[in-house]
Amino acid sequence: MSLVKPGARLKSIVCDTEAMVIKYSGEAEISCGGEIMIDAKSESPEKGTMNNAFAAGSLVGKRYVDANDTMELLCVKPGTGSLSVGDALLVEKSAKSLPSSD
Amino acid sequence: MNIAMLLQMAAETFPERIALTSAGKHYSYSELYSAAQNAAKIFTDSGCKYVSVLDTSSPAIPIALFGAGIAGVPYVPLNYRLSSSELQKLLERVAPVYLITNDEQREQLGGQDIQIIQSTEAFLDSTLAGENTEVEASDGGDAIAVQLFTSGTTGQPKAAILRHENLVSYILGSVEFMGAAEDEANLVTVPPYHIAGISAVLSSFYAGRRVVQLPNFSPDAWLALCESQSISNAFVVPTMLSRVMEHIEGLEIKPALGSLNSVAYGGGKMPINIIKLAIIAFPHVNFTNAYGLTETSSTIAVLGPEDHRVANNSDDSEIHRRLGSVGKPLPSVEIEIRNDEGTVLGHNQSGEIYVRGPQVSGEYIERDAKDGDGWFPTRDAGFLDEEGYLFLSGRADDVIVRGGENISPGEIEEVLMDHENVTDAMVLGIPSDEWGEAVVAVVVLKSGADVHISELQTMVREKLRSSRVPEQILIEPALPYNDMGKLIRREIKALFL
Repeated sequence: MSLVKPGARLKSIVCDTEAMVIKYSGEAEISCGGEIMIDAKSESPEKGTMNNAFAAGSLVGKRYVDANDTMELLCVKPGTGSLSVGDALLVEKSAKSLPSSD
Repeated sequence: MNIAMLLQMAAETFPERIALTSAGKHYSYSELYSAAQNAAKIFTDSGCKYVSVLDTSSPAIPIALFGAGIAGVPYVPLNYRLSSSELQKLLERVAPVYLITNDEQREQLGGQDIQIIQSTEAFLDSTLAGENTEVEASDGGDAIAVQLFTSGTTGQPKAAILRHENLVSYILGSVEFMGAAEDEANLVTVPPYHIAGISAVLSSFYAGRRVVQLPNFSPDAWLALCESQSISNAFVVPTMLSRVMEHIEGLEIKPALGSLNSVAYGGGKMPINIIKLAIIAFPHVNFTNAYGLTETSSTIAVLGPEDHRVANNSDDSEIHRRLGSVGKPLPSVEIEIRNDEGTVLGHNQSGEIYVRGPQVSGEYIERDAKDGDGWFPTRDAGFLDEEGYLFLSGRADDVIVRGGENISPGEIEEVLMDHENVTDAMVLGIPSDEWGEAVVAVVVLKSGADVHISELQTMVREKLRSSRVPEQILIEPALPYNDMGKLIRREIKALFL
């Protein structure tokens, strides 16, 4: 469990994934590949092992949200692990495609 | 989240992809990100509280914008068309500023006491050539990323502020990361001190679409760059598009503009006849009308290419008129129309446009203009039709109150523009002892044409009603527009006072 707020950057301990918190303030078990993510600035601890239930991968530039739409993460570096809160997988937010306006 | 993250992601994903073409030179995402980090170090070491660029478009624009973001100081681009005394007043409001400018501007500023001044050339040399110093961006999303002085029709310019979280929300909500193909290129002609100049950089970099800068617009330079740089996307203000169309009319060999896929326009009201001409001249181009304000981090509503086609081809007047609308709100934005008492109005009822959403800052350095529920009063007047298309009818402040009756200048202007010999029109209110305000108009005629004023007055009386008839109508050779295509109404008002 770690305390996060918008702008917080987290990294996976099982793969290269890095994510930034877009929406959510408070404590949460934000995980990747089944292991809790850590502050991106902290020294990397021992590498964790990938839980195969969370191994679909994370795509850079995609936003991931929970079922209640209370949390939103932006994947800023891709990796092989999937983002979740505890055991609940986050899903890719479908964005309506808009015409380029600037 | 810091706006610099947008560039960092691009630089880490496609380091070698070309981000920017300026004066024939190319710059990759990694080069620009490295330069922005170097700039951040320079800014931090200088002790400045603001970073400003007072110059036309160059690579210094994105480098200073993202560099200031990383350093955590506001970026304040200044209008290089302002007079020395106007600039002095603005510079006093952002001291101590790290000012990046050219020799000519520097001379014009004379002996003014600016603490830190650097030439654009030297700034580019030291940031692009210098060895990369890695600097972590500050992560406070509520810090001010950009401060823009609004043009301000009365009094001193207001300092609108956009926080990192406003700009990032806008980009994440409207742009697909690296959604552009590598051969796409966006021709950017809007001045860098305008919100559209800032959002063009942010959107294009995040989309992976190469930015091609054109510092000084002219129709032939614009067309030449479209061809030589295989431009796929462009943003223009209405005056630019009408000048391009005029220029093409005089050409014997019409440019094909085969690579041009999308043209977005905004910044002022687009005359319907110009967009119709453009649709006919370039049937392969997708047109998008974008409506937004400085205080909303750029676009809040768009009329997309499909909307243009449907409206243009429809015989149903309700649908056809949408060619003159600014489209529907972005999914992340809410829009309401309210009357003077603050009551929310229904379809087709005209009032003031209110907007809410994470990209809406609605803030000035002096005050937050949003209400307690986060709604920002735009001061633009307009209405929503049954399908939710937004129509603008001018500034809320431009509404003429004649004998207690609210009159929108836009509806009268439309009638005047319907006359075959009228090419432009503006309607405004002037003080009147009898009515409080009286309706007057200025029209521009087709070259060589002649029109009786009474004929125009009769048209308005027949199509609208007598209270809408302009008491005076002046014929002028042209209406004054600023470089963003906005009418400078106060200059016209002066003709009557």
